[in-house]
Amino acid sequence: MSSSTEADHGAASSDDAAVAGAREKASAADRGSGSGPAAGAPPPAGPGAERSVPRWRRSLRPYLLIVPALLLTGGILYPFGLGLYYTVFDFAASKPQPDFTGLENYRRIFTDSSFWDSAWVTVLYAVGAAAVETVLGVAVALLLHRSTLVGRVLEKVLILPLMIAPVIAAIIWKLMLQPSVGVVNHLLRPFGLGGVQWTDTPTGALLSSIAVDVWVYTPFVAILALAGLRSLPASPFEAAAVDGAGWWFTFRKLTMPMLWPYVLVAVIFRFMDSLKVFDIIYALTEGGPGDSTVVLQIRAYLEAIRFQRYSFGLSYMIVLWAVVYLAAMVLVRYLGRIQNRAAEVSR
Amino acid sequence: MDMHGQLGHDRRRFLALTAAASSVPLLSACGAGFGDGDSKSDGSAADDVTGSFDWQRHKGTTVKALLNKHPYTDALIADLKAFTAKTGIKVEYDVFPEDNYFDKLTVDLSSGRASYDIFMLGAYMVWQYGPPGWLEDLGPWMRNESATGAEWDQDDFLPSLLEGTQWSLKAGTPLGQGGQYALPWGWEANVVAYNTEVFNKLGLRPAESFDELRELAGTIKRKAPGAGFDGMYGVAVRGSRSWATIHPGFMTMFSRYKLKDFTVDGESLKPAMNSPEAITFTRDWADMVKKGGPPSWTSYTWYQCSSDLGAKKAGMLFDADTAAYFQAVKGASPAAGKIAFHPGPKGPDGSLATNMWIWSLGMNAKSKKKSAAWLFLQWATGKEHLRKGAIEYNHIDPVRKSVSDDPAYRDKMSELAGFIETFEAVQDQTRIQFTPQEQFFDATTSWASALQEIYGGKSAGPVLNGLADDLASKVG
Repeated sequence: MSSSTEADHGAASSDDAAVAGAREKASAADRGSGSGPAAGAPPPAGPGAERSVPRWRRSLRPYLLIVPALLLTGGILYPFGLGLYYTVFDFAASKPQPDFTGLENYRRIFTDSSFWDSAWVTVLYAVGAAAVETVLGVAVALLLHRSTLVGRVLEKVLILPLMIAPVIAAIIWKLMLQPSVGVVNHLLRPFGLGGVQWTDTPTGALLSSIAVDVWVYTPFVAILALAGLRSLPASPFEAAAVDGAGWWFTFRKLTMPMLWPYVLVAVIFRFMDSLKVFDIIYALTEGGPGDSTVVLQIRAYLEAIRFQRYSFGLSYMIVLWAVVYLAAMVLVRYLGRIQNRAAEVSR
Repeated sequence: MDMHGQLGHDRRRFLALTAAASSVPLLSACGAGFGDGDSKSDGSAADDVTGSFDWQRHKGTTVKALLNKHPYTDALIADLKAFTAKTGIKVEYDVFPEDNYFDKLTVDLSSGRASYDIFMLGAYMVWQYGPPGWLEDLGPWMRNESATGAEWDQDDFLPSLLEGTQWSLKAGTPLGQGGQYALPWGWEANVVAYNTEVFNKLGLRPAESFDELRELAGTIKRKAPGAGFDGMYGVAVRGSRSWATIHPGFMTMFSRYKLKDFTVDGESLKPAMNSPEAITFTRDWADMVKKGGPPSWTSYTWYQCSSDLGAKKAGMLFDADTAAYFQAVKGASPAAGKIAFHPGPKGPDGSLATNMWIWSLGMNAKSKKKSAAWLFLQWATGKEHLRKGAIEYNHIDPVRKSVSDDPAYRDKMSELAGFIETFEAVQDQTRIQFTPQEQFFDATTSWASALQEIYGGKSAGPVLNGLADDLASKVG
């Protein structure tokens, strides 16, 4: 037992020496030619080492390398496919052995006025929240761009809302917007505005929900915009300053075109997230008053979980997925064009 | 070239094989996805329990309970050691706040797992959880003398409460027939509680009719702030976009007007919340809330209603008697000691029909420890624990006659003005006033949404007609 181990060890040592020799030669050749792998990169294994790996293992290697990607893809596609599959049945708690209904769930959704109401509210919310967050985020980033002590302190403070779970933020705001004991009306009272019913009217509920979203996520846009501002090249701005360009002109013709790709990344994230909003609205208004803030995600939740019409709820989710996917596709293509344009401006 | 071709061939074959392998679990999952194919046996697990009744039968077992955060739950948890001492069974439990509790329970039961053997539920939940087969029928357990001790005494329960959790699982059929899908554990009658201080100061008396109640609510809102009750409004009623808004004060008054949610025609249900009388009533209710209800009413749950009464923000509360009780007991709130109870407005014909909520205990049909779980249910709904809960803790509104007649309980409750008198006045007419049907939560959530729209200024007729049209296709 021990001798065979030593023999193996000897053989291995001999192989190692051969490999080391081959590596040394390759390394010397690389140094001589001045090309090849960068310094510090592992040298390529020699032909001897490759020969020592059995052929079946070499053939298997590429397939093993894609296993994690396959597992990840499967982990995403499996529940998605299952969900898609369920939408062609009438699966519900009241019907655990369902019938195949084809596209009936989708037909019901698209012919139901409440779907279109929800879609409209969802779009209003997403556009409203993303637009306000973009404007405020860029404004805050511009204010913080000059690296003063105050700016650096404010940067740290700015990130705080992002540290709070949106549902908690919504509950905090629900208390603050409470008409009789909430702090917001208390602060407005000296101005004669102490009796505002923030979430009791359809418009008020939608605007209040957007306001909470803006409070939570404006820092996200601001941080991305700030990072973008700090990475812009200095020379175009120096040239503009030499030419005597004003602040507004510089902002319009230089800053925004070059910054826009960074901001657009934030906009895409925020717009897609806002289309899928659930937590903020549900915690703040539960979709009310009436159906005025029932966005698509809340309707899907109510159908699938509260009312246990699983197939119908899943159909809502698939429709929402399609909307988000299409919106993302359009925005990402636009982002590509904007990035090219920004590159031209910076040149 | 050959190599490339071979590789290409291999790749295609590999992808084909991978796709085939992936589709196997997908298809098999699809096949088994709709429920677990567990055809429910006709025989109950209760039939397996034989011999003489023995509390120690399952000594060493652990059962898991899912509980809602509630004073009744606090009383149960405080007494759990007594159950373990009696049976040798350990109880593990999770407690969730009511906002999330039923979603958690629904998701858990619908998953088909036996995460919890026992759980709290309301009688309405039987209509949702019963038909899919998630609830154990407790009838066979109750009838089996080997499984059920004589001291449990089924006849001691108030009959309307046992009937409230018994159903045939067919939409529209009355309660009180079919399986016993839960046991009553605590209940709540929806009545009026009021602040005696403001009533005395303004010279008011509790309303005897709905017209008087609306007038009274408006009067308090107008006059109370000037009489030293800063920010006080008239009547606290729920308003959130939830089924829970419909069932307390609203459904009680609705029923006292002899109005119905649905009419039953053979096997089909027809929405009736848009009858001309119902439209008038609903409009008047929304008008009452506007003139004398809480600010931000559309977010009001029983927590806000209850705390407003306790904080002297509300002159009256039309909700569960327990919601007022928790504020009325000594030291519980600024209004403690100044809260009195009244049956509330009568209907036009003097009706005191009252809708009730029954906190019940149920058993998971998938539980692997049914016999031990049944021992827990017996103990939790038994005389000994319920008496202790009612007298030493806040588990009031007893489901058992023996507890409500107990002198110690009556002594305790007599400290609250009008509580026992109100309880006795409405008790005979208190029952579940809704029509049992599976779409209860959809119907009542949509109803609450309609009520919010009417409160927001929309005309009651078109809103309720739209609601009825929508529900007709879902329920009928």
